[in-house]
Amino acid sequence: MAETAPAISAHPLRRPPGVAIVLTLLVVVFAAAAPSFISSTNIANVLVQSTLLLLLSLPMTLVIMTEGLDLSMGAVLTLTSIIVAIVSLSTGSMALGLLAAVTVGTVFGLANGYLVAGLNIPPFVATLGTLGMAQGLALIASDGQSVVGIPRSVTEVYLASLFSVPLPIVIGVVAYLAFHGLLYHTRFGTYIFALGGNREALTYAGLSPTKLLIAVYAISGAMAGFAGLLMTARMNAGHPTAGLGLEFDAIAAVAVGGTSFERGNGWLLGTALGVLAVGVLRNGLNLLALPSSIQVASVGALVILALFFDGLRSRS
Amino acid sequence: MTDIVKPVAPARAFLSDDFLQILYRLLAALMICTMLAVSTESFLYLANILNVLRQTSLLFFIASGLTLVVLTAGLDLSVGANVALSACVAGTVIHQSGQPVLGVFAALATGATVGVLNGAMVAALRIPSFIATYGMLWVLNGLTYWYMAGEVIHGFPPAFRQIGSGYLLGLPTPVYLLVIFLAIGAIFAQRTVWGQEIYAIGANPTAAQLSGIPMSRRLLLVYAMSGTMAGLASVIFLARLNSAEADIGESLTLPAIAAVLIGGTSLFGGVGSVFGTFVGALILTLVLNGMNLLAVNSSWQPLVTGVIVILAVWLDTKARRRRL
Repeated sequence: MAETAPAISAHPLRRPPGVAIVLTLLVVVFAAAAPSFISSTNIANVLVQSTLLLLLSLPMTLVIMTEGLDLSMGAVLTLTSIIVAIVSLSTGSMALGLLAAVTVGTVFGLANGYLVAGLNIPPFVATLGTLGMAQGLALIASDGQSVVGIPRSVTEVYLASLFSVPLPIVIGVVAYLAFHGLLYHTRFGTYIFALGGNREALTYAGLSPTKLLIAVYAISGAMAGFAGLLMTARMNAGHPTAGLGLEFDAIAAVAVGGTSFERGNGWLLGTALGVLAVGVLRNGLNLLALPSSIQVASVGALVILALFFDGLRSRS
Repeated sequence: MTDIVKPVAPARAFLSDDFLQILYRLLAALMICTMLAVSTESFLYLANILNVLRQTSLLFFIASGLTLVVLTAGLDLSVGANVALSACVAGTVIHQSGQPVLGVFAALATGATVGVLNGAMVAALRIPSFIATYGMLWVLNGLTYWYMAGEVIHGFPPAFRQIGSGYLLGLPTPVYLLVIFLAIGAIFAQRTVWGQEIYAIGANPTAAQLSGIPMSRRLLLVYAMSGTMAGLASVIFLARLNSAEADIGESLTLPAIAAVLIGGTSLFGGVGSVFGTFVGALILTLVLNGMNLLAVNSSWQPLVTGVIVILAVWLDTKARRRRL
């Protein structure tokens, strides 16, 4: 692969098909190993369960495109999930819970953005620090206990259907389309490509890379807020450690999806396929009755493999 | 970013910059001590002071190997998970064989193997270190939870437990190990060619490569040392807790990174010292111990550690701009 063209010309469909091959392989292997894998209920199940990860992986793609990283996402998700639970429990309103969660998520995103872009702190350490802060706040807000007794209006978000399509799938599709539109059809999207590919060009064009970066991290935090609603709805509770580590699944989805960590070359469709690959992997191992610890280790191995191939590609 | 060639060996003037940096940090530790002595009754109890020293040693073992990695401008996020896996392996070996010595070797071997794998990913596959070791973190977590399957390995020979919870001439045993490894680490980093090459790699990788330093081998070495120190730390943890569980490493990585950064080692590589990390570990332990004594809910600990990490890196970033 000698891809010397500038990142901005990267067409969403003109990409090496690595992630499609990985996904196909996983589907074939699990279909052969576990007959129940290809039942329509299970496929719907995989899609519904992947929504949460998609909501995190889409903004993670943007962050990684800027040669950044958001390790705080899982902890912020945990915090916003607790906030949805607490606020909806005390007010009875799903909308207020969502508003509070997105606000808190955005504040964390802005803080991450400021630390990374304003203070020039390397993203993986800055977000590791805010990870600790969000995790601490989640423990403090919930007093280390599960928050239960969630109103029906919240759990409905996960259980309801729209024209007989489960609502989470609708949310996932809408989120994908929104991010696709943002990245490929707006100026802001082009600037995001430039943040990773050619940051100086932005400065010469009279734009502020600092503000753009802060915006990218803010989007990441806000999406963790939306995902918090979905997670509380899914678990019918707010749990103080539930989302920890989910940022790693998101990083895995992005890495498998072919977004490079070094050249600002993002690919949203690849991320969506990567989300499915991670979802299929976890679901398939689950059907084979392998413990969740094996799933965690497999996702880790998947990331290292994906990065290895990414490294090979970038050197050749 | 401008690549400015900096002198690799620190100047040995009486009040060199490095010396002052350490002195400031020791003064900060002294200030925290004074504040705690004034505001709490129990801080000055001998039992508490010894407890602080013991906790500092545990944190230092993990953080000292990590310091070498950070000196090369890398990061090892897998140390906590490595401690957990090594402790569980060592616990099994001791229970199966009845030989604590074999358990210690098993822990060191497990830790070192993980370290070598990390080093191979960074040096040979050229995967950015924070991502490679972050992937390793989850692989190790998965392996440990799968291996333990929710079990706890409990109860070790009293002689073995002395390593972690015993006393020798009135001081906790880990403190002696701390002194030994502090000396080894400081001499290795400051007074050996390999140690200076590690500084050189972090300060200016291009210059280091051009001057013929075997980059891959040295990188492999620092990650292997970081892994081995995590293996050693797991032995002490095992002996102190008298039990091995899959989740013992989860809250260790962030404090270890915090200790390295508070100690003045720069994330950008080439600046810092193993002794600084000791002081960093002492300061962090004092802060967390003080929160305990002031009856602050332990839920606040990750939050405070997170804030400290960010503050330390921010100061580091500012200092770096001054240096360049």
